[in-house]
Order: sequence, then structure tokens, then C-alpha cells
Amino acid sequence: MSVLGVVGYYEPWYVQIIKAIVIFAVGLQLVPVVLLAERKIMGRMQGRYGPNRVGPYGALQPLADILKLLTKEQFRPSTSVGFLFALAPIISILTAVAAFAIIPFGDVQDIFGTPVGLYGVDLSIGPLYVFAFGAIAFYGIMLGGWSSGSKYSFLGSMRGAAQLISYEVAQGLALVGVIFTAGTLSLTGIVHAQAGMWYIVPQFFGFLVFLVAGFAETNRAPFDLTEADAELVGGYNTEFGGGKFASYYFAEYLNVLVISGLVTTIFLGGWLMPFGIDPPGWVDPFVVLFKMSLVTFLFIWVRATLPRLRYDQLMSFGWKVLLPLATLNTLVTAVLVTSTH
Amino acid sequence: MGENPTPENNSPALALTRWVPDEDVVEVQRSPAPGPARGSWRAFRETARGLQTTMMRWFEGTNTIQYPEEKVPVYPRFRGRHKLHRFEDTGLEKCVGCSLCAAACPADCIRVVAAENTPENRVSAGERYAAVYEINLSRCIFCGYCEVACPFDAITMGHDYELSDYSRSDLIFTKEMLLAEPLDRTPLRREGE
Repeated sequence: MSVLGVVGYYEPWYVQIIKAIVIFAVGLQLVPVVLLAERKIMGRMQGRYGPNRVGPYGALQPLADILKLLTKEQFRPSTSVGFLFALAPIISILTAVAAFAIIPFGDVQDIFGTPVGLYGVDLSIGPLYVFAFGAIAFYGIMLGGWSSGSKYSFLGSMRGAAQLISYEVAQGLALVGVIFTAGTLSLTGIVHAQAGMWYIVPQFFGFLVFLVAGFAETNRAPFDLTEADAELVGGYNTEFGGGKFASYYFAEYLNVLVISGLVTTIFLGGWLMPFGIDPPGWVDPFVVLFKMSLVTFLFIWVRATLPRLRYDQLMSFGWKVLLPLATLNTLVTAVLVTSTH
Repeated sequence: MGENPTPENNSPALALTRWVPDEDVVEVQRSPAPGPARGSWRAFRETARGLQTTMMRWFEGTNTIQYPEEKVPVYPRFRGRHKLHRFEDTGLEKCVGCSLCAAACPADCIRVVAAENTPENRVSAGERYAAVYEINLSRCIFCGYCEVACPFDAITMGHDYELSDYSRSDLIFTKEMLLAEPLDRTPLRREGE
């Protein structure tokens, strides 16, 4: 098929609309699965079962959680700024879904005679798009914390600001090595460039830095200082309840999926199988989902293991360890790439 | 001996107890701080060890007791809901309505109204019997003093601990409820177990 292997392929408008709906629906279905998986896995790692009462093996627990949250009373503190208080969770969820759109689940496939790329959109600036939406996602946290009119929320969102600035630099630099090697910013192009060897091998330090910065980006343990339950009640989402809180919750887990998808795409070879196995095209999304679930499992595993960092440890780790490591990785890659070409 | 040391006499005993700055500072022996390579290796190794620890808990299995279905057996001396007793041979109540339990109760949750036994209506083995015997379990602190106070072992602490109810008035247990066998038998464990 001639359409296979095209980078930056755009479909007719109706295909794009269908794709957008499908990807949103799939993302929406993946979040409860991750939510349940996290509670089950963390339970097992702490010698418990996790939720097992609602439905078979607790499978309906996320549904019950969401129903409970959506039927709760909508209220806001009298000190809050109403407009921003309502807007902030929407920003959070919007950016998470938008970032989900560029994760490629497969190459361009021939579906009913129409060539369709199994991704939302294959941008020629893939990683930049993710960082742009990651930066806007921070406004969801920042505005949410600030507009609550509560000191705990404010402290949480301030920490979020500092954390995001520190870690986004390292995260961006960690990807520069990959972009040098692949010679493209398109995520499908990066996957195609990994045909011989996945980038986790030549870019191992980039992978490590990206993964750790990804933990910080998603505000997950051990970098969950924005919501540090023990000291800040609930951080930026202390004052949020009901559907607004559900939005934040949803956005957090969708961000985990986005980072998992990015790690899969950029470092784990996307839909490529190891040992040169070349399955038919419809297997590709399942390969990506399998790899994503492995990375998501790592997220959960780390959350069950590592304690929360102190704030100064977080800062010094970001600036004194991750940033020099990412810079060194970029420099070495640049020297190697220019000397071999 | 016998004389109090004063600042003037400047005894050697006092000189020993006087605090000298910097004398109680103890040198702490620390190994040299690890370098960047060793330090990062150490951090990596310890992180991996932590991940291994949590994963091992998974393989160990769970320690959960699925409570409403499974129950932890209680010890014989566990102090649960009270029981009133009858004589096994005659079927007469052991309680003679003396109100010593009500007097011993620190939470004041027992109410006893005594009445005289008559030849036609013989309820207890003694002279009198408890016409009304109520325990307000929403006040009871399960201290067991009533059991100690009872001269006839008529009231003992049972093993039931599932006592929640929907209204406070339902928690006032009458004599008939206390005399009856509990519907759900609480699992019991042996003393040495």
C-alpha cells in the first residue's frame, strides 16, 4: 500500500471528526480502567485487595465514584472567584484531552478504502504541541488554586508553578537528543525512525530524565507536592467538589495516559514490535495500548513505593541532577550525530 | 555529707556538674559523602530496592479479612453485649433484682425494677426478681463492672459486638432480649490461640 509510512498525513474532514470522537471516547474509557487498576495494584502492593465490592471484582467502582461525585451539591467558597473557579477544571481537562490527540496508535491504515491515520493529528511539531498544552494545563492548576481563595490551594498551586517550570526544561531537553537522532518532530516519524532500535537503548538517559520529569509533569507521587495531602489538605483542589473535582481527577489520570503514550511513542518504539515481527495493521493500536499499560503500571508502582519529596529536594533534583543530565545527553548526542553524518 | 553545696564553698562535686560550653559536643563519625557517580548509583539502587519491596508484597498475598463474611474469632474474655442467664435445670432466672449492677455501672446505663416472687408467679430463684431489666447499650462502655458486681452470676458479658442500629431507642435492650440467645453466634477462639 502506498499510503503506509507517510509522515504528516491528513485525511478528509469527516474522517477527522470521526477520529476525534473515537479518540475522545477511547480516552474516556481508559481513565476508569487506570483508576481501578491503580487502586487494585496499590492495594495488592500494600497487602490488601483494593475495591472488590461494587460489581464483579470491584469493576464498577469507578462508575460508582463518578456517579457519587456528579450527584453532589455544587458549591464554592464565598472567597472564591466564581468565573475562574468554574473555568480552571475545564482548562485542566481540555488540555489533557488535547494532548491525547497526538499520540499515534498506529500508522496510516486502509479502512474501507479510505486511508486513515490511527492518531488524532500527526503534527510536524509533535513534542512542542505537547509542551504547549502541558504549559496551559498548568493554568488549570494555578487558576484553580488561586481562585479558590484558600491558602492551602494557593500554596499548592504556587508549588505547582515552580515544579512545572523546573521540570519542563529538563523534559524538553531530554527529547532534543531523540529529535536529533530521528531528524523529525513528527511523532509518527519518530516511531518510523525507531525501526532498527528503540530509542530507549541509545537515548537511555534521555528516557530516564523524560520519565522522571513526566512524573513531575503529571503531579504524581513522588512529586505530588501540588496536592501533598499531609500538609496542604488537598492542595490546589482542596475547595473543589463534585463534578469540578471529578474533572481534575479525570485530567490527572488522562495526563498519566498521555505521558505513558509519549514514552511509548518516543522511547519504546510506538506500534513497532521487537525482533522484527510485523503484524497486520489492526494489531498496532493494541501494541501501543500494551506498552502504555506497562508505563502506566510503572507510574502506579512508583506511587506505591516512593515517599513524597521535600520541596527543596524537588527543586535541587530538578535543577542540579535532571537538567545537567539532560544537557549532557543532548551534547553527547549532538556530537555523535554530527560526527557520524 | 549533709552540707548543701553553695557557690561559695566551690566543692569539687559542684565543679563536675557545672556546664561548660562545647564540652558536650560529640564528634559524629560520618563516611565521606559519595561522589556524583556513586551517589546516583546509590539512589538508583535504593529506588530499585524500594520497588522490589512493594512488588514482593504483591506475591506475599493479602492479609485482608473480608469482614462481613469472615470474622476474627474473639477471645473468651472478650466483653461484648451482655447476657442474662437462667438456671439450666429449673429454667428460673438467676437475677434476683438486687440492682447491684445498676449501682456499679459507671455509665449509669442499667435500669432494674424489682418485684416479689409469688408461688403462682415464680420467675427467679430468689425472693424477688427483676420485673424490668434494661440496658441502654448506647451508653454502655463495656467495662464489665456489672458482671463483677453480680452476686449470682446472672449477668455476664457476651461476645456480640455487631450492635449498630438505626435509632437510639432500638439500642435499649430489654430483659427478654438479654435472656435470649444471640441470633448470630460470634466465632470464639480458644484461650491459648
